[in-house]
Amino acid sequence: MYYLLELKEGLLISFHAVRANKMRSVLTTLGIVIGIVSVTLMATAIEGLNRAFERSAAAFGTDVMYIQRFSWVSNEDWATIRNRRNIEVSYVNKIERQSQLTDAVAPVAFTVRRVTYGSNSTEDAFISGTTHVYMRASGSTLADGRFFSPEESSGGRPVCVIGATIAENLFPREDPIGKTIRVAGYPYMVLGVFEKQGGLFGTFTTDTRVFVPINSFQAKFGGRRDITIQVRVADPKKMEDARIEMEGLMRNIRGLPPGKPNDFGINQQEALTAAFAPISLVIASIGLFITGLSLFVGGIGIMNIMFVSVTERTREIGIRKAIGAKRRTILMQFLVEAAALCLIGGIIGLAIAFPLSLIVDQFLPTAMPVSVVVVSLLISLVVGVISGFLPAYRAARMDPVEALRYE
Amino acid sequence: MGVIGLTNIVKTYDMGEAEEVHALQGVSVAIQENEYVAIMGPSGSGKSTLMNIIGCLDTPTSGAYLFNGLNVSEMNDNELAKIRNKEIGFVFQTFNLLPRSDALHNVELPLIYGGISSGERKRRALETLNHVQLGDRVHHKPNELSGGQRQRVAIARALVTKPSIILADEPTGNLDSKTGEEIMMLFEELHHQGNTIILVTHEADIAEHAHRVIRLRDGKVESDQRVTRRKTYPAAAAS
Repeated sequence: MYYLLELKEGLLISFHAVRANKMRSVLTTLGIVIGIVSVTLMATAIEGLNRAFERSAAAFGTDVMYIQRFSWVSNEDWATIRNRRNIEVSYVNKIERQSQLTDAVAPVAFTVRRVTYGSNSTEDAFISGTTHVYMRASGSTLADGRFFSPEESSGGRPVCVIGATIAENLFPREDPIGKTIRVAGYPYMVLGVFEKQGGLFGTFTTDTRVFVPINSFQAKFGGRRDITIQVRVADPKKMEDARIEMEGLMRNIRGLPPGKPNDFGINQQEALTAAFAPISLVIASIGLFITGLSLFVGGIGIMNIMFVSVTERTREIGIRKAIGAKRRTILMQFLVEAAALCLIGGIIGLAIAFPLSLIVDQFLPTAMPVSVVVVSLLISLVVGVISGFLPAYRAARMDPVEALRYE
Repeated sequence: MGVIGLTNIVKTYDMGEAEEVHALQGVSVAIQENEYVAIMGPSGSGKSTLMNIIGCLDTPTSGAYLFNGLNVSEMNDNELAKIRNKEIGFVFQTFNLLPRSDALHNVELPLIYGGISSGERKRRALETLNHVQLGDRVHHKPNELSGGQRQRVAIARALVTKPSIILADEPTGNLDSKTGEEIMMLFEELHHQGNTIILVTHEADIAEHAHRVIRLRDGKVESDQRVTRRKTYPAAAAS
């Protein structure tokens, strides 16, 4: 109860002090405002980056393996990889027959072509040829329509499923389903549209892709390509076992003798996340450290002004002590003043940082979750208490007799 | 048992470089309840130091100070603060009011530090301000009040906790003679109402309002006598 009274009196005093010295309060708080704005913006950018990464990584599917010529994260040099044999479509049947721990295998062939619809076009759309199994062996979801049926897939029918960005470009005002687009001039009817994925990995998102049956793909765009084989693991808990099984199968298929290293990669989303995590941490640490410095400088400004404030009010401190204020009371009074100044700075800083983060969002992904807001406010409070402590302590320890004599 | 019992109080200040100032060199004084005492002396006599010690703003280097029977000379900072808050009412020459707060808040302040609730505080503060005839100016700030009015606010602040003693340091020093007389009349009234008043001054004609004058010189009590020809206010005695 007493503490509440002290707090109230402290707040009252801070209010008067700030009002009496508006210019000074503004200038002092400015340091904190700038500090909070920069720290908050940095935190929102980092949070945005992490979220964008997570969304992008999710597109890879948590239980999907990608069998490719190379590993995503490796220390193999380009010379070694360049001369590797392609991954062949024929492997798919063999894998399906022999693998026990996987339950969906889809080949994905790849090329870049122009797609058009009427007067709309996309120059460099990523064309992928695959089977009807694809949806089960990927992490993507459809926003509209459907994927190929087994008949359409094995028959190489001229049907397609397009990504969200392709749909936006070619069909700004219509529903794409049922319409026929042209892929490098060839007609394909749209069966479905993927959900927008966004994200950091430009080529890997479905947004800019057009999926057609692989039989049609090979007939129109050539059959001697390197492909990716996407495989879904039946039981996500047995990911590691499935990986080992796949490695064994692939070595068998490729005819690699024991002792010879793999000439292919079995890639998983996990590898990306694991590679990204330390990078993200370093970026976050450096970023927050640098912006934290500006907050630190703001705190020093507060400490400086609080010292001045204490000296200015020496007489007042003497009076309060003569009337019976305890040391702790005087300490609280000035601590509250410093903390209140900083909290106001923090609130103003957040109010500025929010619209700014929306602007930054045009260039870098940002996200301002409630946690960033709460932490920023807490930080400003803590800065206030720490910066205010030494001056408040000095005030508390003043000798009342001398303080009363002060001019 | 009196209110104040000072026995052989010594206060020495260490000014560094082996130089010491002997402000008080063995002062013994006893003051009873409802006395009206003036402490007089020239500059350097130690009267300010004695006042600070009586008021628990400072502690003696040696000697005992019994306040209402409690041994104050051994108390720590918080305990002294508590005594200052509840038992001692200061009145200063320069009024020492908080400039940005109104009269009511100034008078409330000791009650705030004493942990009294808001409603009770306001009631007592208003009552005390009425008592010193300032009931119509409770929301004025010090710069909106005359010198005499400011001193009344200070006196109200001193009274609001119903202290054991009222300690006044040159209370009329910053006032013209007419206003000064008004304030001394107020003190007389307060004395009649049962308060114990200790006045510190270097002016003889202010000291003559008290019943007893203690003269200090060079840190020692030079004389301690009842006043023979007092200045009184018959009107005050009647109220």
